Amino acid sequence: MLRDSKFQRVLIAGVLIIIALALYQVDVRLHITDAFSLSISDLLMIAAAVAAGYPIAVNAFQAIRFRIVGIDALVTLAVVGAILIREYWEAAAVTFLFMLGDYLESRALEKTRSAIRSLLELAPDTARVLRNGEEVELAPEEVETGDLVIVRPGEKIPVDGTVTEGNAYVNQAPITGESMPVNKETDATVFSGTVIESGYLKIQADKVGEDTTFARILQMVEEAQDKKARTQKFLEVFATYYTPGIIVLAAVIFILTRDIPLSLTLLVIACPGALVIATPVSIVAGIGNGARHGVLIKGGEIIEKIGTVKVIAFDKTGTLTEGKPRVTRIHSLGPSEKELLRLTASAEMYSEHPLARAIVAAAQEEGITDLAEPENAEIIPGQGLKAMVDNQMIIVGNRKLLHESRMEIPAEIEEYVSTEEAEGQTAIIIANAEKILGVISIADTIRKDAVTLIQRLKAIGVKKVVMLTGDNPRAAAAISRKLGLDDYYAELLPEDKVRILEELQQDYGTSAMVGDGVNDAPALASADLGIAIGGAGTDVAMETADMVLMSDEIKKLSYAIGLSRATVRNMKQNIYFAVAVVFILLAGVLAHLVYLSSGMLIHILSVLAVIINAIRLLRYKEKVG
Amino acid sequence: MTSKTYQLQTLTCPTCATKIEAAVKKMKGVEDVQVMFNASKVKVKFDESLGDGKEVKKTIERLGFGILGEK
Repeated sequence: MLRDSKFQRVLIAGVLIIIALALYQVDVRLHITDAFSLSISDLLMIAAAVAAGYPIAVNAFQAIRFRIVGIDALVTLAVVGAILIREYWEAAAVTFLFMLGDYLESRALEKTRSAIRSLLELAPDTARVLRNGEEVELAPEEVETGDLVIVRPGEKIPVDGTVTEGNAYVNQAPITGESMPVNKETDATVFSGTVIESGYLKIQADKVGEDTTFARILQMVEEAQDKKARTQKFLEVFATYYTPGIIVLAAVIFILTRDIPLSLTLLVIACPGALVIATPVSIVAGIGNGARHGVLIKGGEIIEKIGTVKVIAFDKTGTLTEGKPRVTRIHSLGPSEKELLRLTASAEMYSEHPLARAIVAAAQEEGITDLAEPENAEIIPGQGLKAMVDNQMIIVGNRKLLHESRMEIPAEIEEYVSTEEAEGQTAIIIANAEKILGVISIADTIRKDAVTLIQRLKAIGVKKVVMLTGDNPRAAAAISRKLGLDDYYAELLPEDKVRILEELQQDYGTSAMVGDGVNDAPALASADLGIAIGGAGTDVAMETADMVLMSDEIKKLSYAIGLSRATVRNMKQNIYFAVAVVFILLAGVLAHLVYLSSGMLIHILSVLAVIINAIRLLRYKEKVG
Repeated sequence: MTSKTYQLQTLTCPTCATKIEAAVKKMKGVEDVQVMFNASKVKVKFDESLGDGKEVKKTIERLGFGILGEK
């Protein structure tokens, strides 16, 4: 801190001022002419003004060379003026306060930017790469795609890549904001910037350096923090007229009344510092908070919009649901559930059908390892398959397949299948050569946090929450009911989604579309706000969306809305306060209540107050209740 | 046409941002200047007459802003 030259100057000026005040009564005078003399105190005050004012004057001259009149020039002029009219204390106080304020402002501003900076510091700095069978340490940008990278516990993964060997728990918080470490094995995708907590991985580099998801997130966050809010643009225009306006006023007052102190004071308050800084500090703190929680908001204007969202449309598959079909229920009529699953999974072992994959996955989850090798498997497209498992014929498929195999479906099974289907499940019937063995229901499961999210969205005043899907109305209705959605639109083509969004927008106001970005890019783009979920990894979604939820945790959406509202509130508090300060200060100066140094003091305190208010945003947490 | 981004020492007042913008914009050959206040960066687009942008750098430095890096 003491090495900081700005701080040194503040310190020196401060000490000089204190000594000057202490020696105020001492009447030792330096006589320059008969009529003009300076006391010791005066000399010290001038010294303080020079010590603190020197850098201000230098900045002023540098700017004037480019014909720009900045606040430094105005302050310098005011200080020189103050010395000329023998207001030495005022000159010293104004420069001292200006420099002190500048110093404190930069410290406080650093704090508002700390969330984003800490993100930047997470960038990996070394990579260990296998080259010709030997481990070499490189800078992450020197790694080439295809290289094999080795990462050990506590180290950062330096590339985006695919695991080729090893097993590890990886903390993905820097990218997704999830606090729980995720297990990664062979073939898993890993991201640059994430940290191995335990275990070891050998990774084949797919994307390196600037192309990695992490680097691109950083770049987007960096750009986002300077994308101005509408209010900010307006305030900047105001400031560009206010400053010259006050300078003209100062000149007019000087010419008309010769009231030099008043004119000089006007120069000191001509820059509405708090007003200009009011919005950018709130935005940087808000975006920083979001980035730390896996929510990437692309700029100030977006923050202003998010808070006003009235209608939210969700894509179904991959957004409200996990996008992967899973076995949800096993209804057995003879063998145990486990045995039924084993037989079915054995028959489906080599099938690539998503429903077959779901059954095999369920068998693995159940710990069934003794799957039998299927023989003479025959796939009947659109119906199912037949295969010999453990020397018996197993038929797995829909009603049609059973009819074609001349199997009777008893009424109670028929009824069971119909109820399952009405709930949006796909019911698969399993039979052997003689009788029906059971029914396995498969569905795309709803995300765990989706129900909570919908409730929270309603609680925070979103008028309408709907679902848009290309899926059939039955499945859509079932999910819509379970989640408590206001409405659903099924069997939609991408262009239908765009049309419905426009209608919703007309009926309810600001619309947001939430999707995983894979097939709803047009809808994301046409909504007032496009929100992509699970953004890490899907490039299109990250680029087109206005806001990106980095992880799959969809409940972050209500966090993002709350945070945006808090940011807008914070911005408004700052603006009202700053506007009030501008007018009170102007009135105070014109009424001769505020003088040079007190004007500067109020100016600085107001700027600091605005920054400190913004810092509060870094601690924003969602109120859940 | 070249585009360069300069990382400056932390910018503390938004008016300094306008100062840099105005000064660099006045330079011959500069097409576009964008001062990113929160990121403390300046993005400048200029044509070949300015070469690798040494003059742009000088202008910013002469205004009293230290340049920490460029890209």
